Amino acid sequence: MSTVRDNADDEDGAMLHPQLRAEHDPDAIIRDGRRLDHAEGRSKALRPQPPEPQPRGARVHGNRPVDQAEAAARFIASPEHEKMHDERLWDLRQKRDREMHGIPEWEELRSLASAIKEHTLTHLDEYLDEFEANARSNGVHVHWARDGAEHNQIVHAILRDHGATSLIKSKSMLTEECGFRPYMTSVGIEVIETDLGERIQQLDNEDPSHVVVPAVHKLRTDVAEVFSRTIRTDPSNSDVHYLAEAQREATRPLILKADAGMTGCNFAVAETGTFVVCTNEGNADLSANVPKLHIASIGIEKIIPRLEHLAVFVRLLSRSALGSPVTQYTSHFRGPRQGGEMHVVLVDNGRSERLGMEEFWTSLKCIRCGACMNTCPVYRRSGGLSYGATYSGPIGLIIDPTFNARKYSNLPFASTLNGSCSNVCPVKINIHEQIYAWRRVLVERHEVPLAKKAAMKAAGALLSRPAAYRTAIAAADMALAHLPRFVIYNGLNAWGKHREVPHPPKQTFHSWYKANRGAKQ
Amino acid sequence: MRIGLFIPCYIDAFFPEVGIATLELLERFGHEVVYPHDQTCCGQPMANSGFNAEAADTEALFVRNFSGFDYVVAPSGSCVHHVRGKFDAIEQTDTVKEVRARTYELVEFLHDILKVDAFPWARFPHRVGLHNSCGTLRQLKHARPSELNEPFFSKPMDLLSKVEGIEFVELARPDECCGFGGTFSVFEEVVSTKMGYDKVRDHAQAGAEYIVSADSSCLMHQQGCAEHIGVPMKFIHIAEILNGASA
Repeated sequence: MSTVRDNADDEDGAMLHPQLRAEHDPDAIIRDGRRLDHAEGRSKALRPQPPEPQPRGARVHGNRPVDQAEAAARFIASPEHEKMHDERLWDLRQKRDREMHGIPEWEELRSLASAIKEHTLTHLDEYLDEFEANARSNGVHVHWARDGAEHNQIVHAILRDHGATSLIKSKSMLTEECGFRPYMTSVGIEVIETDLGERIQQLDNEDPSHVVVPAVHKLRTDVAEVFSRTIRTDPSNSDVHYLAEAQREATRPLILKADAGMTGCNFAVAETGTFVVCTNEGNADLSANVPKLHIASIGIEKIIPRLEHLAVFVRLLSRSALGSPVTQYTSHFRGPRQGGEMHVVLVDNGRSERLGMEEFWTSLKCIRCGACMNTCPVYRRSGGLSYGATYSGPIGLIIDPTFNARKYSNLPFASTLNGSCSNVCPVKINIHEQIYAWRRVLVERHEVPLAKKAAMKAAGALLSRPAAYRTAIAAADMALAHLPRFVIYNGLNAWGKHREVPHPPKQTFHSWYKANRGAKQ
Repeated sequence: MRIGLFIPCYIDAFFPEVGIATLELLERFGHEVVYPHDQTCCGQPMANSGFNAEAADTEALFVRNFSGFDYVVAPSGSCVHHVRGKFDAIEQTDTVKEVRARTYELVEFLHDILKVDAFPWARFPHRVGLHNSCGTLRQLKHARPSELNEPFFSKPMDLLSKVEGIEFVELARPDECCGFGGTFSVFEEVVSTKMGYDKVRDHAQAGAEYIVSADSSCLMHQQGCAEHIGVPMKFIHIAEILNGASA
């Protein structure tokens, strides 16, 4: 009896999950001195597996071209992250579609928004002057910054004048462009991000991966890991309410005692000299209203001529971005409150130069909604940090090379040119056509690998010589038909690594035609 | 009507049956169809990768092969888009402009020019998932893409609906790119194949027996992906179904 029993135990043991076989398992259910191994015992939950570690972004080495494909491959090699990221952003795209179908005049709105932006950009000097004059008469201090460095110095000087050593700020892609946070750290000013996603990224010392949802590439277990390191939460607790609450408890005191506040800007209205900031967390309002000093960083392309134009953009912005009718907060800032001070820094940082680029100037119409990222099948599967640049996704492919054509020379190739980005763009930027145009420019400027150039030159030579081409095709067919699998599947063959090669037919169409319809020629 | 038949390089080499179906189908409507022997390619592979100058000789050869026809027809959306929409590596003479303007993709040629209203020889009693390639969908405007708030239309579906017994499945992501993207498929092969896996799984989950498309390049990529991950799926070009392929 006991022998039979032991044998049965052994057999069961072999079939059990290793965690259930552990001899000194503290969770084992023991009855009558024996471990319970019938259905009740086996139904016990396994110990949770350690969470999948977060894949990190592109490896950036100075001015060297960023290898987006390499970073994207690592993102895809983390299936939980890739799946969550793809599904979360596709969900935003679907919500956007639902909102779009609720607005019969949607396409008309897009055309209108595009026309307003094009008009403004072609009269930018006039509208900037108008904005400046009106803002000044509202009691706002207006500064002009040629580039990121100047922007940072101007803000630093304002803070120094006020003896400010801490700054709370809301999310702003412009300040990312300017390298604002590292600069402020270097001069001893503490910066606290008030947007939750941006705060997560700040604590993790990582750039935002998306213009609207900066931490969208992180699982909640990643956030639990970051918070446990930085604000001492329980590393095993990844409950979103717990994490959000802990972050709030940790950050609110810093917000309340901050010396100055900073916001970005979604739209600056020339006729009123006012500016508008759209958020869902109300964090821009904290940044602007808690301290007495409010500084706003505004890219010069954010200008719109009149207040009535705002209606067009506000209807498009959140619907395109998150698929919600409007952001929770659309805050208008006109001037300093009593006893306070308001500063606006108008930043160029390459925009004037871009305005002069015949094929690329319309990228300045961008309102930073992120719709092109949400719809992009490459972005969704690569993660925003794979681009190794301030702007990721389709809009990044056409803006980043304007900052540094060498460093971002691979980015315009990270696209299938499917064109979905251009179709969702609320201001109708021809994004995929600009991606195509950038490829040409980069080739002309010799910013592509020599091997690629050699391959393309050879292809062009072969495809323009019918006789040589026919010989080569015959050889390629022979090769495909006869080479063993391991030769085709070596590391050099990028087609066959993760997909099967086509099955070569007995004859080409060309030879079929010759054999069957040759007489016609 | 004298039609120049353009059979793009990868169809010639890997999918001769698609070329044959296109030829036979056009002949069924009583037109003279000529296949110029010296044709190779339209220049797209080089131009799409930014190497426009390297595409010039190939584009010039295309024009030499295809000038003088009433129409040039090809069973490939992306190649036709290159000819009609890009194709600017060579000087735009009157001949070049004329060849470009007369070049049509098969579906739009049947739908818009021949205005075919029946394929009495065609019967395809199968569940199919329609794959509109991005070139046909968003460039040649074969159908209304899902991003736009415009009335629905679909030229390939109009044509396929005239085939007896055919049934369409509904996809979760109807016009998501499959990841082929020309040279993207090798330069970014990991992202490209992941997109391909997701695409064929979407079709499989919707219950498709066949994926049908007007672009063999997308099908070649998707077939390679399906075989690699073991998704049982068959692939067929729209020309073959319209020409009466049984299975």
